[in-house]
Amino acid sequence: MSHCELITGNEAAAYAVKLVKPHVIAAYPITPQTSLSEKISLYIESGEIKAEYVTVESEHSAMTVLISASTMGARTFTATSANGLLYMHEQLHWAAGSRLPIVMCCVNRGVGAPWSIFNDQQDSFSQRDAGWIQMYCRNNQEIIDTVIQAYRIAEEVYIPVMVCYDGFILSHTMMPVEIPEESLVQEFLPPYTPHTEISPESPKTVNPVFFPWRRENHEGVLCDGYMEKRYKLQDALLHSADIIRRTNRDFAAMFGRDWGGMTWEYRTDDADIFIVGMGSLAMEATVAADELRRGGIRAGVLGIRVFRPFPCREVADALRGARAIIVFEKCVSYGQTGGFSTDLKAALYGTGITAPLHNYVAGLGGRDVKARELTEAVEGSLTAIDGGDGEHKTVWLNCFTG
Amino acid sequence: MTAMEKKDPFIAGICIPAVGEAGKTGDWSDLKPVIDQAKCIPASKNKPACFLCWLYCPDAVVTMTIPVTIDLDYCKGCGICAEECPANAIKMVRKVECDESL
Ligand code: SF4
Ligand code: SF4
Repeated sequence: MSHCELITGNEAAAYAVKLVKPHVIAAYPITPQTSLSEKISLYIESGEIKAEYVTVESEHSAMTVLISASTMGARTFTATSANGLLYMHEQLHWAAGSRLPIVMCCVNRGVGAPWSIFNDQQDSFSQRDAGWIQMYCRNNQEIIDTVIQAYRIAEEVYIPVMVCYDGFILSHTMMPVEIPEESLVQEFLPPYTPHTEISPESPKTVNPVFFPWRRENHEGVLCDGYMEKRYKLQDALLHSADIIRRTNRDFAAMFGRDWGGMTWEYRTDDADIFIVGMGSLAMEATVAADELRRGGIRAGVLGIRVFRPFPCREVADALRGARAIIVFEKCVSYGQTGGFSTDLKAALYGTGITAPLHNYVAGLGGRDVKARELTEAVEGSLTAIDGGDGEHKTVWLNCFTG
Repeated sequence: MTAMEKKDPFIAGICIPAVGEAGKTGDWSDLKPVIDQAKCIPASKNKPACFLCWLYCPDAVVTMTIPVTIDLDYCKGCGICAEECPANAIKMVRKVECDESL
Protein backbone atom coordinates (compact mmCIF):
# COMPACT_ATOMS: atom_id res chain seq x y z
CA MET A 1 0.00 0.00 0.00
CA SER A 2 1.20 3.47 -0.75
CA HIS A 3 1.27 5.78 2.25
CA CYS A 4 1.94 9.43 2.99
CA GLU A 5 4.93 10.87 4.85
CA LEU A 6 6.01 14.38 5.79
CA ILE A 7 9.52 14.56 4.29
CA THR A 8 12.08 16.92 2.76
CA GLY A 9 13.03 16.98 -0.92
CA ASN A 10 16.29 15.19 -0.19
CA GLU A 11 14.41 12.51 1.78
CA ALA A 12 11.99 12.14 -1.12
CA ALA A 13 14.89 11.57 -3.50
CA ALA A 14 16.48 9.05 -1.11
CA TYR A 15 13.15 7.24 -0.84
CA ALA A 16 12.93 7.00 -4.63
CA VAL A 17 16.46 5.56 -4.75
CA LYS A 18 15.41 2.93 -2.21
CA LEU A 19 12.41 2.02 -4.38
CA VAL A 20 14.35 1.64 -7.67
CA LYS A 21 16.91 -0.67 -6.02
CA PRO A 22 20.21 0.47 -7.56
CA HIS A 23 23.26 -1.78 -7.45
CA VAL A 24 26.00 0.84 -7.14
CA ILE A 25 25.92 4.30 -5.54
CA ALA A 26 28.84 6.72 -5.29
CA ALA A 27 28.47 10.22 -3.95
CA TYR A 28 30.49 12.95 -2.31
CA PRO A 29 28.68 15.20 0.16
CA ILE A 30 28.13 18.84 -0.71
CA THR A 31 25.59 21.35 0.62
CA PRO A 32 22.61 21.24 -0.06
CA GLN A 33 22.85 17.65 -1.36
CA THR A 34 24.46 16.34 1.86
CA SER A 35 21.34 15.17 3.67
CA LEU A 36 20.45 13.10 0.60
CA SER A 37 23.74 11.20 0.55
CA GLU A 38 23.54 10.83 4.35
CA LYS A 39 20.06 9.34 4.11
CA ILE A 40 21.18 6.89 1.43
CA SER A 41 24.16 5.88 3.60
CA LEU A 42 21.72 5.18 6.45
CA TYR A 43 19.56 3.03 4.17
CA ILE A 44 22.61 1.05 3.13
CA GLU A 45 23.78 0.68 6.72
CA SER A 46 20.36 -0.61 7.78
CA GLY A 47 20.20 -2.97 4.81
CA GLU A 48 17.16 -1.23 3.30
CA ILE A 49 19.15 -0.52 0.14
CA LYS A 50 21.26 -3.48 -0.89
CA ALA A 51 23.76 -1.59 -3.00
CA GLU A 52 27.51 -1.16 -3.08
CA TYR A 53 28.20 2.37 -1.76
CA VAL A 54 31.58 3.49 -3.03
CA THR A 55 33.01 6.28 -0.89
CA VAL A 56 35.03 8.52 -3.15
CA GLU A 57 37.33 11.51 -2.71
CA SER A 58 35.56 13.68 -5.27
CA GLU A 59 32.56 14.10 -7.55
CA HIS A 60 34.78 13.40 -10.55
CA SER A 61 35.53 9.98 -9.09
CA ALA A 62 31.89 9.42 -8.13
CA MET A 63 30.82 9.75 -11.75
CA THR A 64 33.77 7.63 -12.91
CA VAL A 65 32.73 4.82 -10.55
CA LEU A 66 29.19 4.95 -11.93
CA ILE A 67 30.41 4.94 -15.53
CA SER A 68 32.31 1.70 -14.89
CA ALA A 69 29.44 0.12 -12.97
CA SER A 70 26.78 1.14 -15.48
CA THR A 71 28.89 -0.14 -18.38
CA MET A 72 28.87 -3.55 -16.72
CA GLY A 73 25.09 -3.53 -16.25
CA ALA A 74 24.60 -2.06 -12.77
CA ARG A 75 21.77 0.39 -12.00
CA THR A 76 23.50 3.42 -10.50
CA PHE A 77 22.81 6.64 -8.60
CA THR A 78 24.65 9.73 -7.49
CA ALA A 79 23.77 13.25 -6.41
CA THR A 80 25.61 16.54 -6.16
CA SER A 81 25.30 20.33 -6.22
CA ALA A 82 27.05 23.41 -7.63
CA ASN A 83 30.84 23.18 -7.70
CA GLY A 84 30.64 19.41 -7.15
CA LEU A 85 28.69 19.13 -10.38
CA LEU A 86 31.21 21.34 -12.13
CA TYR A 87 34.05 19.16 -10.88
CA MET A 88 32.20 16.21 -12.47
CA HIS A 89 31.87 18.01 -15.79
CA GLU A 90 34.34 15.98 -17.84
CA GLN A 91 32.80 12.71 -16.71
CA LEU A 92 29.29 13.96 -17.56
CA HIS A 93 30.38 14.00 -21.18
CA TRP A 94 31.87 10.50 -20.82
CA ALA A 95 28.65 9.15 -19.34
CA ALA A 96 26.48 10.60 -22.12
CA GLY A 97 28.93 9.71 -24.88
CA SER A 98 29.06 6.13 -23.58
CA ARG A 99 25.23 6.10 -23.61
CA LEU A 100 24.96 5.06 -19.96
CA PRO A 101 21.60 5.41 -18.15
CA ILE A 102 23.03 6.91 -14.97
CA VAL A 103 20.56 8.88 -12.85
CA MET A 104 21.80 11.81 -10.78
CA CYS A 105 20.06 14.36 -8.59
CA CYS A 106 21.36 17.89 -8.89
CA VAL A 107 20.26 19.79 -5.81
CA ASN A 108 20.47 23.23 -7.39
CA ARG A 109 22.82 25.76 -5.81
CA GLY A 110 24.64 28.88 -6.95
CA VAL A 111 28.15 28.43 -8.31
CA GLY A 112 31.27 30.08 -6.87
CA ALA A 113 32.92 32.54 -7.07
CA PRO A 114 32.07 34.14 -4.79
CA TRP A 115 31.02 31.26 -2.56
CA SER A 116 27.35 30.63 -2.09
CA ILE A 117 25.68 27.60 -0.60
CA PHE A 118 22.24 28.92 -1.53
CA ASN A 119 19.88 28.13 -4.35
CA ASP A 120 19.85 29.08 -7.99
CA GLN A 121 20.05 26.94 -11.15
CA GLN A 122 23.37 28.07 -12.60
CA ASP A 123 24.99 24.71 -11.77
CA SER A 124 22.79 22.42 -13.86
CA PHE A 125 22.24 25.13 -16.49
CA SER A 126 25.98 25.29 -17.08
CA GLN A 127 25.93 21.53 -17.82
CA ARG A 128 23.25 21.99 -20.47
CA ASP A 129 25.40 20.81 -23.38
CA ALA A 130 26.88 17.68 -21.80
CA GLY A 131 24.35 15.40 -23.53
CA TRP A 132 22.22 14.61 -20.47
CA ILE A 133 18.46 14.76 -20.14
CA GLN A 134 17.59 17.46 -17.57
CA MET A 135 14.32 17.43 -15.60
CA TYR A 136 13.27 20.10 -13.07
CA CYS A 137 10.92 19.41 -10.15
CA ARG A 138 8.47 21.80 -8.58
CA ASN A 139 7.78 20.03 -5.24
CA ASN A 140 8.83 17.02 -3.16
CA GLN A 141 6.16 14.72 -4.60
CA GLU A 142 7.46 15.44 -8.07
CA ILE A 143 11.01 14.66 -6.88
CA ILE A 144 10.18 11.12 -5.77
CA ASP A 145 8.05 10.50 -8.87
CA THR A 146 10.59 12.00 -11.27
CA VAL A 147 13.52 9.98 -9.93
CA ILE A 148 11.49 6.81 -10.56
CA GLN A 149 10.53 8.00 -14.06
CA ALA A 150 14.13 9.03 -14.74
CA TYR A 151 15.35 5.45 -14.45
CA ARG A 152 12.78 4.19 -16.93
CA ILE A 153 13.54 6.97 -19.40
CA ALA A 154 17.32 6.61 -19.06
CA GLU A 155 17.30 2.84 -19.41
CA GLU A 156 15.04 2.99 -22.45
CA VAL A 157 16.96 5.60 -24.45
CA TYR A 158 20.42 4.96 -22.97
CA ILE A 159 20.98 8.57 -21.98
CA PRO A 160 21.84 9.72 -18.44
CA VAL A 161 19.24 11.82 -16.62
CA MET A 162 19.81 14.70 -14.22
CA VAL A 163 16.88 15.27 -11.86
CA CYS A 164 17.20 18.88 -10.70
CA TYR A 165 15.47 20.50 -7.75
CA ASP A 166 16.03 23.70 -5.85
CA GLY A 167 18.41 23.58 -2.90
CA PHE A 168 16.85 24.37 0.50
CA ILE A 169 13.58 25.57 -1.05
CA LEU A 170 12.79 21.92 -1.80
CA SER A 171 15.75 19.90 -0.52
CA HIS A 172 15.31 21.01 3.11
CA THR A 173 11.60 21.82 3.21
CA MET A 174 9.11 19.27 4.47
CA MET A 175 5.99 18.49 2.49
CA PRO A 176 3.51 15.61 2.56
CA VAL A 177 4.63 13.04 -0.01
CA GLU A 178 2.79 9.93 -1.11
CA ILE A 179 5.29 7.07 -1.20
CA PRO A 180 4.64 4.85 -4.22
CA GLU A 181 4.04 1.20 -3.49
CA GLU A 182 7.21 -0.86 -3.96
CA SER A 183 5.59 -3.63 -6.02
CA LEU A 184 4.12 -1.05 -8.42
CA VAL A 185 7.51 0.59 -8.84
CA GLN A 186 8.98 -2.81 -9.70
CA GLU A 187 6.23 -3.28 -12.26
CA PHE A 188 6.76 0.20 -13.69
CA LEU A 189 10.52 -0.17 -13.94
CA PRO A 190 11.81 -3.32 -15.65
CA PRO A 191 15.35 -4.53 -14.81
CA TYR A 192 18.20 -2.66 -16.52
CA THR A 193 19.79 -4.36 -19.52
CA PRO A 194 23.01 -2.70 -20.71
CA HIS A 195 23.20 -1.91 -24.43
CA THR A 196 26.33 -4.02 -24.81
CA GLU A 197 27.20 -7.23 -22.98
CA ILE A 198 30.66 -7.19 -21.47
CA SER A 199 31.94 -10.26 -19.63
CA PRO A 200 35.05 -12.46 -19.45
CA GLU A 201 33.42 -14.56 -22.21
CA SER A 202 32.66 -11.48 -24.28
CA PRO A 203 35.48 -8.98 -23.73
CA LYS A 204 35.24 -5.51 -25.27
CA THR A 205 37.42 -2.46 -25.77
CA VAL A 206 35.51 0.53 -24.39
CA ASN A 207 35.92 3.97 -25.92
CA PRO A 208 39.15 3.63 -27.88
CA VAL A 209 40.29 6.49 -30.12
CA PHE A 210 37.75 7.28 -32.83
CA PHE A 211 38.88 8.90 -36.02
CA PRO A 212 37.44 11.74 -38.03
CA TRP A 213 36.49 9.29 -40.76
CA ARG A 214 34.46 6.07 -40.64
CA ARG A 215 36.61 2.93 -40.53
CA GLU A 216 36.45 -0.79 -41.18
CA ASN A 217 36.75 -3.06 -38.17
CA HIS A 218 38.67 -6.34 -38.17
CA GLU A 219 35.74 -8.09 -39.87
CA GLY A 220 35.70 -5.51 -42.65
CA VAL A 221 32.44 -3.93 -41.40
CA LEU A 222 32.33 -0.18 -41.94
CA CYS A 223 31.88 1.38 -38.48
CA ASP A 224 31.03 4.82 -37.11
CA GLY A 225 33.58 7.54 -36.79
CA TYR A 226 33.45 10.14 -34.01
CA MET A 227 30.90 12.29 -35.79
CA GLU A 228 28.42 9.42 -36.34
CA LYS A 229 28.60 8.59 -32.62
CA ARG A 230 27.88 12.19 -31.70
CA TYR A 231 25.01 12.37 -34.19
CA LYS A 232 23.45 9.27 -32.62
CA LEU A 233 23.54 10.92 -29.17
CA GLN A 234 21.84 14.04 -30.54
CA ASP A 235 19.25 11.98 -32.44
CA ALA A 236 18.50 9.90 -29.34
CA LEU A 237 18.14 13.02 -27.19
CA LEU A 238 15.70 14.63 -29.62
CA HIS A 239 13.65 11.42 -29.81
CA SER A 240 13.74 10.96 -26.03
CA ALA A 241 11.04 13.66 -25.78
CA ASP A 242 8.51 11.05 -26.98
CA ILE A 243 9.72 8.55 -24.39
CA ILE A 244 9.53 11.20 -21.65
CA ARG A 245 5.93 12.04 -22.62
CA ARG A 246 4.95 8.35 -22.75
CA THR A 247 6.69 7.54 -19.46
CA ASN A 248 4.78 10.37 -17.81
CA ARG A 249 1.48 9.02 -19.21
CA ASP A 250 2.28 5.46 -18.05
CA PHE A 251 3.25 6.76 -14.63
CA ALA A 252 0.02 8.74 -14.35
CA ALA A 253 -2.01 5.65 -15.29
CA MET A 254 -0.28 3.53 -12.65
CA PHE A 255 0.21 6.00 -9.79
CA GLY A 256 -2.47 8.63 -10.47
CA ARG A 257 -0.15 11.63 -10.73
CA ASP A 258 0.38 13.41 -14.06
CA TRP A 259 3.35 15.82 -14.06
CA GLY A 260 2.76 16.96 -17.62
CA GLY A 261 5.57 15.22 -19.49
CA MET A 262 7.82 17.90 -20.97
CA THR A 263 5.98 20.94 -19.59
CA TRP A 264 3.03 21.78 -17.35
CA GLU A 265 0.51 24.57 -17.49
CA TYR A 266 -1.49 26.53 -14.94
CA ARG A 267 -4.60 28.55 -15.85
CA THR A 268 -3.50 28.88 -19.47
CA ASP A 269 -6.82 27.99 -21.16
CA ASP A 270 -7.84 31.61 -21.74
CA ALA A 271 -4.49 33.22 -20.88
CA ASP A 272 -2.82 35.84 -23.05
CA ILE A 273 -0.06 36.72 -20.57
CA PHE A 274 2.30 33.79 -20.09
CA ILE A 275 4.72 33.47 -17.20
CA VAL A 276 7.41 30.88 -17.94
CA GLY A 277 9.76 29.27 -15.44
CA MET A 278 11.42 26.10 -14.16
CA GLY A 279 11.28 24.41 -10.76
CA SER A 280 10.04 26.01 -7.56
CA LEU A 281 10.15 29.51 -9.07
CA ALA A 282 7.47 28.46 -11.57
CA MET A 283 5.35 27.23 -8.65
CA GLU A 284 5.71 30.67 -7.07
CA ALA A 285 4.55 32.10 -10.40
CA THR A 286 1.21 30.23 -10.07
CA VAL A 287 0.50 32.32 -6.96
CA ALA A 288 1.42 35.42 -8.97
CA ALA A 289 -0.91 34.34 -11.80
CA ASP A 290 -3.81 34.05 -9.34
CA GLU A 291 -3.03 37.51 -8.01
CA LEU A 292 -2.80 38.98 -11.54
CA ARG A 293 -6.15 37.41 -12.44
CA ARG A 294 -7.74 39.05 -9.40
CA GLY A 295 -6.56 42.30 -11.01
CA GLY A 296 -8.22 41.40 -14.30
CA ILE A 297 -5.08 40.22 -16.14
CA ARG A 298 -5.52 36.86 -17.89
CA ALA A 299 -2.23 35.36 -16.74
CA GLY A 300 -1.20 31.71 -16.87
CA VAL A 301 1.99 29.77 -16.17
CA LEU A 302 3.98 27.56 -18.52
CA GLY A 303 6.25 25.42 -16.34
CA ILE A 304 9.27 23.79 -17.91
CA ARG A 305 9.74 20.28 -16.59
CA VAL A 306 12.30 19.09 -19.13
CA PHE A 307 15.01 21.53 -20.25
CA ARG A 308 16.97 18.99 -22.31
CA PRO A 309 15.70 17.82 -24.72
CA PHE A 310 14.15 21.27 -25.14
CA PRO A 311 10.32 21.13 -25.24
CA CYS A 312 10.10 22.97 -28.59
CA ARG A 313 6.69 21.54 -29.53
CA GLU A 314 5.08 22.26 -26.15
CA VAL A 315 6.31 25.84 -25.85
CA ALA A 316 5.26 26.70 -29.41
CA ASP A 317 1.79 25.19 -28.81
CA ALA A 318 1.35 26.83 -25.42
CA LEU A 319 2.56 30.31 -26.35
CA ARG A 320 0.67 30.62 -29.65
CA GLY A 321 -1.93 32.95 -28.15
CA ALA A 322 0.50 34.92 -25.99
CA ARG A 323 0.39 38.72 -26.03
CA ALA A 324 3.38 38.88 -23.70
CA ILE A 325 5.87 36.27 -22.46
CA ILE A 326 7.46 36.90 -19.08
CA VAL A 327 10.27 34.54 -18.09
CA PHE A 328 11.57 34.22 -14.54
CA GLU A 329 14.81 32.31 -14.29
CA LYS A 330 17.60 31.47 -11.88
CA CYS A 331 20.37 31.16 -14.42
CA VAL A 332 22.31 33.41 -16.77
CA SER A 333 24.03 32.75 -20.05
CA TYR A 334 26.83 35.20 -19.31
CA GLY A 335 27.29 37.57 -22.20
CA GLN A 336 23.74 36.83 -23.37
CA THR A 337 20.38 37.05 -21.61
CA GLY A 338 18.97 34.80 -18.89
CA GLY A 339 19.93 31.21 -19.65
CA PHE A 340 16.50 29.73 -20.17
CA SER A 341 15.07 32.62 -22.17
CA THR A 342 17.97 32.42 -24.63
CA ASP A 343 16.84 28.89 -25.50
CA LEU A 344 13.18 29.83 -25.44
CA LYS A 345 13.69 32.61 -27.97
CA ALA A 346 15.59 30.19 -30.20
CA ALA A 347 12.70 27.70 -30.02
CA LEU A 348 10.16 30.40 -30.98
CA TYR A 349 12.07 31.58 -34.04
CA GLY A 350 10.11 30.64 -37.14
CA THR A 351 6.94 29.67 -35.25
CA GLY A 352 5.23 32.98 -36.01
CA ILE A 353 5.08 33.83 -32.29
CA THR A 354 6.34 37.38 -32.03
CA ALA A 355 5.05 38.44 -28.62
CA PRO A 356 7.53 40.60 -26.69
CA LEU A 357 9.57 38.56 -24.22
CA HIS A 358 10.77 40.05 -20.97
CA ASN A 359 13.05 37.92 -18.88
CA TYR A 360 13.80 38.44 -15.23
CA VAL A 361 16.96 36.99 -13.73
CA ALA A 362 15.84 36.29 -10.18
CA GLY A 363 16.87 34.67 -6.94
CA LEU A 364 20.56 34.14 -7.69
CA GLY A 365 22.53 32.81 -4.73
CA GLY A 366 19.35 32.26 -2.73
CA ARG A 367 17.97 35.81 -2.88
CA ASP A 368 14.34 35.45 -1.86
CA VAL A 369 11.70 35.83 -4.56
CA LYS A 370 8.15 36.48 -3.39
CA ALA A 371 5.00 35.96 -5.45
CA ARG A 372 4.17 39.63 -4.89
CA GLU A 373 7.47 40.61 -6.57
CA LEU A 374 6.68 38.40 -9.54
CA THR A 375 3.23 40.00 -9.80
CA GLU A 376 4.73 43.50 -9.73
CA ALA A 377 7.32 42.55 -12.34
CA VAL A 378 4.63 41.25 -14.70
CA GLU A 379 2.56 44.40 -14.16
CA GLY A 380 5.63 46.52 -14.91
CA SER A 381 6.31 44.59 -18.09
CA LEU A 382 2.70 44.93 -19.21
CA THR A 383 2.80 48.69 -18.70
CA ALA A 384 5.74 48.89 -21.12
CA ILE A 385 4.29 46.40 -23.61
CA ASP A 386 0.82 47.96 -23.59
CA GLY A 387 2.50 51.31 -24.08
CA GLY A 388 3.72 50.01 -27.44
CA ASP A 389 7.24 48.91 -26.45
CA GLY A 390 7.75 45.61 -28.29
CA GLU A 391 11.43 45.18 -27.39
CA HIS A 392 12.75 42.07 -25.62
CA LYS A 393 14.11 43.02 -22.22
CA THR A 394 16.31 41.50 -19.52
CA VAL A 395 15.92 42.74 -15.95
CA TRP A 396 17.77 41.61 -12.81
CA LEU A 397 14.91 41.37 -10.35
CA ASN A 398 15.44 42.64 -6.85
CA CYS A 399 19.07 43.45 -7.61
CA PHE A 400 20.89 46.72 -7.01
CA THR A 401 22.32 47.45 -10.45
CA GLY A 402 23.35 51.07 -9.84
CA MET B 1 13.20 4.34 -32.20
CA THR B 2 14.03 2.77 -28.85
CA ALA B 3 13.80 -0.75 -30.21
CA MET B 4 16.10 0.37 -33.01
CA GLU B 5 18.57 1.82 -30.55
CA LYS B 6 18.64 -1.43 -28.60
CA LYS B 7 19.50 -3.31 -31.76
CA ASP B 8 22.24 -0.89 -32.81
CA PRO B 9 25.50 -2.76 -32.13
CA PHE B 10 27.35 0.53 -32.58
CA ILE B 11 25.35 2.61 -30.08
CA ALA B 12 28.50 3.39 -28.08
CA GLY B 13 32.23 3.42 -28.74
CA ILE B 14 32.69 -0.22 -27.85
CA CYS B 15 34.83 -2.54 -29.97
CA ILE B 16 35.85 -6.18 -29.91
CA PRO B 17 39.53 -6.48 -28.96
CA ALA B 18 41.05 -7.79 -32.19
CA VAL B 19 43.94 -6.96 -34.49
CA GLY B 20 42.73 -4.38 -36.98
CA GLU B 21 39.60 -3.38 -35.03
CA ALA B 22 40.62 0.28 -35.24
CA GLY B 23 41.61 -0.03 -38.91
CA LYS B 24 45.14 -0.26 -40.32
CA THR B 25 46.80 2.33 -38.08
CA GLY B 26 50.06 2.08 -40.06
CA ASP B 27 48.62 4.35 -42.70
CA TRP B 28 48.94 7.41 -40.41
CA SER B 29 52.69 7.62 -40.85
CA ASP B 30 54.79 9.19 -43.53
CA LEU B 31 58.03 7.52 -42.41
CA LYS B 32 58.69 3.79 -42.28
CA PRO B 33 61.58 1.88 -40.63
CA VAL B 34 63.76 -0.16 -42.96
CA ILE B 35 66.18 -2.69 -41.39
CA ASP B 36 69.57 -3.31 -42.91
CA GLN B 37 69.86 -7.02 -41.98
CA ALA B 38 73.62 -6.97 -42.69
CA LYS B 39 74.03 -4.56 -39.76
CA CYS B 40 71.29 -6.00 -37.51
CA ILE B 41 72.90 -8.03 -34.68
CA PRO B 42 70.54 -11.10 -34.59
CA ALA B 43 70.67 -11.55 -38.37
CA SER B 44 74.40 -10.88 -38.81
CA LYS B 45 75.44 -13.06 -35.85
CA ASN B 46 72.58 -15.54 -36.31
CA LYS B 47 71.97 -15.32 -32.55
CA PRO B 48 68.90 -14.27 -30.53
CA ALA B 49 70.51 -11.11 -29.19
CA CYS B 50 69.84 -7.36 -28.83
CA PHE B 51 66.16 -7.03 -29.87
CA LEU B 52 66.16 -3.51 -28.40
CA CYS B 53 63.85 -2.45 -31.24
CA TRP B 54 61.37 -5.13 -30.12
CA LEU B 55 61.68 -3.93 -26.53
CA TYR B 56 61.23 -0.22 -27.24
CA CYS B 57 58.60 -0.29 -29.99
CA PRO B 58 55.51 1.34 -28.37
CA ASP B 59 53.17 -0.40 -30.80
CA ALA B 60 54.56 -3.95 -30.35
CA VAL B 61 54.89 -4.45 -34.10
CA VAL B 62 58.49 -5.71 -34.06
CA THR B 63 59.07 -9.48 -33.85
CA MET B 64 61.72 -11.12 -31.64
CA THR B 65 62.84 -13.37 -34.49
CA ILE B 66 65.84 -13.98 -36.74
CA PRO B 67 65.57 -11.96 -38.86
CA VAL B 68 63.70 -9.20 -37.02
CA THR B 69 60.55 -8.13 -38.91
CA ILE B 70 58.22 -5.13 -38.59
CA ASP B 71 54.47 -5.21 -39.31
CA LEU B 72 54.08 -2.02 -41.33
CA ASP B 73 50.27 -2.29 -41.28
CA TYR B 74 50.39 -1.09 -37.66
CA CYS B 75 53.78 0.67 -37.36
CA LYS B 76 53.16 4.37 -36.66
CA GLY B 77 56.54 5.47 -37.93
CA CYS B 78 57.69 7.08 -34.69
CA GLY B 79 61.32 6.14 -35.24
CA ILE B 80 62.00 5.01 -31.67
CA CYS B 81 63.43 1.71 -32.97
CA ALA B 82 65.88 3.57 -35.22
CA GLU B 83 66.86 5.86 -32.32
CA GLU B 84 67.51 2.93 -29.95
CA CYS B 85 69.27 0.55 -32.37
CA PRO B 86 72.92 0.23 -31.17
CA ALA B 87 74.06 -0.95 -34.63
CA ASN B 88 72.43 1.88 -36.63
CA ALA B 89 70.69 -0.84 -38.60
CA ILE B 90 67.33 0.97 -38.94
CA LYS B 91 66.72 3.92 -41.24
CA MET B 92 63.50 5.88 -41.34
CA VAL B 93 62.56 6.48 -44.96
CA ARG B 94 59.78 8.53 -46.46
CA LYS B 95 56.88 6.36 -47.67
CA VAL B 96 55.86 8.65 -50.46
CA GLU B 97 58.43 10.85 -52.12
CA CYS B 98 57.09 14.33 -52.32
CA ASP B 99 58.35 17.42 -53.98
CA GLU B 100 59.75 19.42 -51.03
CA SER B 101 59.64 22.60 -53.09
CA LEU B 102 55.82 22.53 -53.25
S1 SF4 C 1 67.88 -2.86 -32.26
FE1 SF4 C 1 68.95 -2.81 -34.21
S2 SF4 C 1 70.52 -4.36 -34.00
FE2 SF4 C 1 69.09 -4.71 -32.34
S3 SF4 C 1 67.72 -6.23 -33.14
FE3 SF4 C 1 66.78 -4.25 -33.60
S4 SF4 C 1 67.51 -3.71 -35.63
FE4 SF4 C 1 68.78 -5.39 -34.92
S1 SF4 D 1 58.85 3.21 -36.15
FE1 SF4 D 1 57.96 3.16 -34.10
S2 SF4 D 1 56.13 1.94 -34.36
FE2 SF4 D 1 57.39 1.52 -36.16
S3 SF4 D 1 58.54 -0.25 -35.60
FE3 SF4 D 1 59.80 1.50 -35.07
S4 SF4 D 1 59.33 1.86 -32.91
FE4 SF4 D 1 57.72 0.51 -33.72
